[in-house]
Amino acid sequence: MAKVLVIGEQADGKLNDAIAKVVNCAQAIGEVDVAIFAKGGDGVAAEAAKISGVNKVLLVENDVNEHALAASLAPQIVALAAEYTHILGSSSTVGRDVMPRVAALLDVAQVTDIMSVEGEYSFKRPVYAGNAIVNVDVPNDKKLVGTVRVASFKAADQGGSAAVESVNVDAEIPTHTRFVSTETSGGDRPDLQSAKVVVSGGRGVGSEENFAVIYSLADKLGAGVGASRAAVDSGFAPSDLQVGQTGKIIAPELYFAVGISGAIQHLAGIKDAGTIVAINKDADAPIFEVADIGLVGDLFSVLPELEAALG
Amino acid sequence: MTEERDVMEYDVVIVGAGPAGLATAIKLKQLSPDTSVCVLEKASMVGAHSVAGAAIEPGPLDELFPDWRDNPPPVCVDVSKDEFFFMTAKRSIKFPLNPPQMNNHGNYIVSLGAMCAWLGEKAEALEVEIYPGFAAVEALFDDQGAVMGVRVGDMGIDKDGKQKSGYTPGIDIHAKLTILSEGCRGSLSKQLIKHFELDSACDPQTYGIGFKELWQLPQGRVTPGLVQHMFGWPLDNMTYGGASVYHLDNDRVSIVFVVGLDYQDPNLMPFECFQQFKHHPMFEGFFEGGEIVSAGARAINEGGFQSMPKLEMPGAIMVGDAAGMLNMPKLKGIHTAMNSGILAATHYAENKSGEGYHQAFLASSTAKELHAVRNVRPGFRHGMLMGLINAGFETVTGGRTPWTLANHADHSELQKLASYVPPNREYVERTLAPRDRLASQYLAATEHDEDQPVHLKVADTTICSTQCLEEYNNPCTRFCPVGVYEMVEDEEQGGLRLQINASNCVHCKTCDIKDPYQIITWVPPEGGSGPNYQNL
Amino acid sequence: MKILVPVKRVVDYNVRIQVKSDNSGVNLDGVKMSVNPFDEIAVEEALRIKERGEAEEVIAVTIGDSAAQEQLRTVLAMGCDRAILVEAPSDLEPLAVAKTLKALVEKEDAQLVIAGKQAIDDDSGQVAQMLAALLSCAQATFASKIELAGDSAKVTREVDAGLETIEVDLPAVVSADLRLNEPRYVKLPDIMKAKRKPIDTLSLAELGVDGTNQLTVSNWSAPSAREPGIKVEDVAGLVGKLKEKGLL
Repeated sequence: MAKVLVIGEQADGKLNDAIAKVVNCAQAIGEVDVAIFAKGGDGVAAEAAKISGVNKVLLVENDVNEHALAASLAPQIVALAAEYTHILGSSSTVGRDVMPRVAALLDVAQVTDIMSVEGEYSFKRPVYAGNAIVNVDVPNDKKLVGTVRVASFKAADQGGSAAVESVNVDAEIPTHTRFVSTETSGGDRPDLQSAKVVVSGGRGVGSEENFAVIYSLADKLGAGVGASRAAVDSGFAPSDLQVGQTGKIIAPELYFAVGISGAIQHLAGIKDAGTIVAINKDADAPIFEVADIGLVGDLFSVLPELEAALG
Repeated sequence: MTEERDVMEYDVVIVGAGPAGLATAIKLKQLSPDTSVCVLEKASMVGAHSVAGAAIEPGPLDELFPDWRDNPPPVCVDVSKDEFFFMTAKRSIKFPLNPPQMNNHGNYIVSLGAMCAWLGEKAEALEVEIYPGFAAVEALFDDQGAVMGVRVGDMGIDKDGKQKSGYTPGIDIHAKLTILSEGCRGSLSKQLIKHFELDSACDPQTYGIGFKELWQLPQGRVTPGLVQHMFGWPLDNMTYGGASVYHLDNDRVSIVFVVGLDYQDPNLMPFECFQQFKHHPMFEGFFEGGEIVSAGARAINEGGFQSMPKLEMPGAIMVGDAAGMLNMPKLKGIHTAMNSGILAATHYAENKSGEGYHQAFLASSTAKELHAVRNVRPGFRHGMLMGLINAGFETVTGGRTPWTLANHADHSELQKLASYVPPNREYVERTLAPRDRLASQYLAATEHDEDQPVHLKVADTTICSTQCLEEYNNPCTRFCPVGVYEMVEDEEQGGLRLQINASNCVHCKTCDIKDPYQIITWVPPEGGSGPNYQNL
Repeated sequence: MKILVPVKRVVDYNVRIQVKSDNSGVNLDGVKMSVNPFDEIAVEEALRIKERGEAEEVIAVTIGDSAAQEQLRTVLAMGCDRAILVEAPSDLEPLAVAKTLKALVEKEDAQLVIAGKQAIDDDSGQVAQMLAALLSCAQATFASKIELAGDSAKVTREVDAGLETIEVDLPAVVSADLRLNEPRYVKLPDIMKAKRKPIDTLSLAELGVDGTNQLTVSNWSAPSAREPGIKVEDVAGLVGKLKEKGLL
């Protein structure tokens, strides 16, 4: 039977939410263990143990694991790999950084961005920025190293109670890579590209001053702010907020399109968004053809009401 | 402030890597390999801005490459059959006999874009230097006032005209002869025609706007080699135009629709006419389930012989549709464009100058071909029936009529709202892609850096919100095939103001032509901008 | 110091990708091909380092069929000193690409490799990390800033949490993210000059690399289109639906 090692990721003593999604993917392949690499990782390991379906949590304590450096992590992962048929990381910047290094050390190919499991050694993944989907088959006599596209999987349930096992690994940690500092994204409003919720305004907002209603709702939701090209061209919003074919391509969990007609150029920027909410007074606007939840109405009355309803 | 610009010198600089420019370059190198030839092309790759039907006559290809059929362009299908239809809203009436000009026997259906890319490779193999992504923006003059080359556009200017960090000034290209092969309504050609008054002895040029979509259809629907021409619905009797459907191989079909820009209805939207056409009952079930590979639009010259300006000026000449060489009844201009280029190359190789080229052209078989059909297109000014009778007469006499019908400038033909009574167009509800102009524009894969000066210069936008709104209801918002022009609410002044979505532009030049006040000037944006047509 | 920059010939980012009706791949017929945009950023960074006097030579390498020479000419026109074409199938997978690059790094004795963070065709994003592993050297992926200081480099990386700065000893492999720089416009005279710059051609065999792919890629399909969802009557309905989906 396939044995899958999921690489846990942590920052500041918290397990990355993405890991429960990777576990969900891994369960479709075989038995799942999670490895936590940390400095003082009991709490993180306990979090991982609660993910339903995890068989065992391996906790690898080492001072170098305070920060997730690929060069340090890769040899430790390789040292654990012998017992596993599959080793999966997430599609976070940590996973994308370390997993190919692991694959090369094991002399195996990697499958990036697994979006569905078709078989133990068969997967679907997106190419061309999600404009095409392919099947990838991997030889079953080699270890499989992959990253999981977290947007494609729901988080595995909580409620598990896996054993946590402290392990020592025999790995030589190189000294050529040293952590210096981290700077979290500035400002109160999250970055458009990484925000889980985004509120975007379009031509329907009407003016730069009126855009205040967009910022206001965004702040209420802790959301990033975006704009359609029409809104940017009309000077309602700065160009770095532009979402779409010629702006940013984003994939938030929740996207509010406010006063945006939904030209295909805009839709190209949000096709991977989780849930799209459209608020527009024009019931025939194309945005309603792709929105998961549509509300036909005047944004200037809908938005304040929505804010009030959010408490 | 004048800044130092790099200068490169060539014997010949050619502006525009379309069929005319490339035929010129190839022939020049074949006749005179030592002549240095530079071709500038504003598209990001050769062929990316080229769009045409097209069933071509192979004559010029035979002349340039006698064995071209051994290694033909990527899209090349023998024409096997021609059909000709008159359309009403409900019916299509097939003509038992085709007009003789419409006989495509021995011709080939090609993609002009793919053919230009193919010609470009052949030219480069002959050591022609082709620079796609570089737009010629102005002509350079020597002390005597003759054209001595062109200036390439600057890169890295922001929308307010300020230099960005990567600013790179365009270079000057000096050449013994500058050849303008920009195609219809070229921006440099327009400047130089005016500067040297090359059109003082000819009629105004007239134009059409052509749309094209390349469709990939489910298996078994197309008849490779079949060419179908249609006229009638959805155009009214007083609006010239029609459609052509070219059946390619591999389940592909290209559909072309042309509307004469001398149309009178200020509220006409040519794009809508094209989309309506695809919903004619004749095509029921034909497009469903298919997918559009690429879509584009381009103005074409229809004026013909009597609208052709003088082709030469000191230091420069024009070839192809920069001067307007479409044979309207044949619906073909690629062979005439290439022939004019071959002639220009031959003339330069013999004379080392462009002087005398205009006379040489007038004596050529291409000029004779265009002269013979000169009266067909203007005959449609008084409606379709008169046009067809006249066309028949001109065809029977082979154009030997002693008169030449006059052309009238398209922008002056538009009627005012107050006096125009629109016909019943019998439009139907549309279901086929593209849903609207923006969806069509998406299929053109247009790209412009949005932080650059607006390349559609409107001289006086107050006319838009006052006089034009009242007289014509802003026809720019309808004749533009991709929705560049919009009238939006003016927050500051109240009323409406013009909004120019310049980055939508597909470089068709229709606005420069049809705007009734002639206040729109199309200038080249940064090199490499514009549509990225795929096999149009 | 020599900098090696791998570049890939890819379908231009403006091209709309269409999957072939027989599901065997995407339609490349008549489409525009370009230098992978992230690789162009990598080239620009290498050139800036050289222009600051911190490197002597910038060598571009592409691994693929001979058509990729076109992209090498582009980066030579940007200012790379010379270029290498390693003839190989254009779908060579990342591990074999990394092995090829390892052989070249050793052959050229390059101290720094700057690569694009991923190619916009297969979106694998593996080559830089694999190359660093094979060279047993440092890696700094998703770089938005590179500062060289003698035998080491300080690299700022774009990570999910924000920006992370690490210090790496040379030799190292850096992968370029979007905000590292804005590539220069190519000048027309430089395109002409680039035609005279040398391109060496090598084979995988000459570099001792096995070009067999491990993965089998098949059954290309277009992503499923979004379907229209539901309409709600008012704000209360909207809030209710969002709560139902666990989004509020």
